[in-house]
Amino acid sequence: MSETLARTPLYALHVELGGRIVPFAGWEMPVQYTGIIDEHMAVRKTAGLFDVSHMGEARVRGRDAAAFLDGIMTNDMATIRVGMARYTVMCQPDGGCVDDLIVYRLADTEFLICLNASNAQKDIAWMRSLVGHQQVEIIDECSAWAQLAIQGPVAEKVLSEVTALPLATIKRFGFLIGEVAGAAGCIVSRTGYTGSPGFEIYLPADSAEKVARALLAAGQPHGLVPAGLGARDSLRLEAHYPLYGHEISERISPIQAGLGWTVKFAKPAFVGREALHRQAEGGPSSSVILFSLEDRRIARQGAAVFAGQTQVGEVLSGTLSPVLNKPIGTALVAAGFADSRELTVDIRGLRLPLHIAVAPFVK
Amino acid sequence: MSNVPADLRYTKDHEWVKVAADGTATIGITDHAQAALGDVTFVDLPKVGQSFGHGDVFGTVESVKAASDLYSPISCEVLAANGDLNNSPDLVNREPYGGAWMIKVKVKNAAELASLLDAAGYSAIL
Repeated sequence: MSETLARTPLYALHVELGGRIVPFAGWEMPVQYTGIIDEHMAVRKTAGLFDVSHMGEARVRGRDAAAFLDGIMTNDMATIRVGMARYTVMCQPDGGCVDDLIVYRLADTEFLICLNASNAQKDIAWMRSLVGHQQVEIIDECSAWAQLAIQGPVAEKVLSEVTALPLATIKRFGFLIGEVAGAAGCIVSRTGYTGSPGFEIYLPADSAEKVARALLAAGQPHGLVPAGLGARDSLRLEAHYPLYGHEISERISPIQAGLGWTVKFAKPAFVGREALHRQAEGGPSSSVILFSLEDRRIARQGAAVFAGQTQVGEVLSGTLSPVLNKPIGTALVAAGFADSRELTVDIRGLRLPLHIAVAPFVK
Repeated sequence: MSNVPADLRYTKDHEWVKVAADGTATIGITDHAQAALGDVTFVDLPKVGQSFGHGDVFGTVESVKAASDLYSPISCEVLAANGDLNNSPDLVNREPYGGAWMIKVKVKNAAELASLLDAAGYSAIL
């Protein structure tokens, strides 16, 4: 790989904290500090602080902003109240996913959209290509913002020590804008990607280090630890949150991914509506399942899933669940096998029974 | 910095070999290897009596992040495999040169031992 990797404003802090730096989606990011399992369990029991500044941001504003977003997103956008956010998917005409996103309504005619790092520039180009004659402006703010996620049972207590914002008044998927650790203009939202309670904080890039240090200092007595992308991945998989490029992609639609709840067919028109409607009515040709294994071997991305001697699917994500202390993962399986009790997965020539889970492994 | 004990031999694949005077050897993975793998969650080891040639895959070590093959540093026959790693794969992270030995073997071709790296040679490639 010859491309230059980007660094977040917290790169020096990661190195100082002993983070192991790896390339991820074009960025040099910490995969872990002390260990993925330790950091994972800290988030479940106390709290972890993640640098997610690699995520992208775009501001969408103008008279037609809400209508524009309703036309390109699967979820309802016009009904988001100011001060609230909503998870949505942005689809291609064939129903494949361009990205999954969180849309924050800052004002009647102004939204901030959080984009996946690997898709940020693609998303912005895609949105701009769909503006047409609508009065809407799409501003690339990827380098203006840093992002921190503070996640875990003590996250709110720690955050309350460095901000005067009334955190208790923030509902799930709600947000407030204000000062955090002396940095003005931060967006504090009760959202996350771990399955544990907590907040995501959008902050001006030049304030990131000051805020991160203040949170780490305030959190240290409460058991807050810096956490890397490794724990972020195992946490999101336990909670069955999709990761773009794995559970959703240009070839896996939100209907297939089990994200039908984000697709609002009551809207008269949005990109992908017809294809998604056909899938929802007829049933998709394949769908994503969550599974666990009674073994120590991890079924990793690409591992083949079998019904008898016939391959009926493949693993999309796999890890060890630190909470269950057994391997978990997701797989894309052909129609008719999504509740099968007969599936096996091939791990280095061994066929291990795959147990389909009906609910996420953490609530 | 990684710990590289002076009394062991090494491969460029980050295995260590402790050669005994009686023609046997003990094999494991190095401190550098365990640190690079991260939390080890599973170690798949061969059965007693299995034979391997120099460079053959004799097992697998899995971490949260990846599964990695274990390569036999020498031609050998397995005399024992460390059963403690079934229940405590994390020993590999905690005691790579001690409790986390992987296999004890009979050395089939003593001449191959000369191709292993000494501690200085191994440190030089880290």
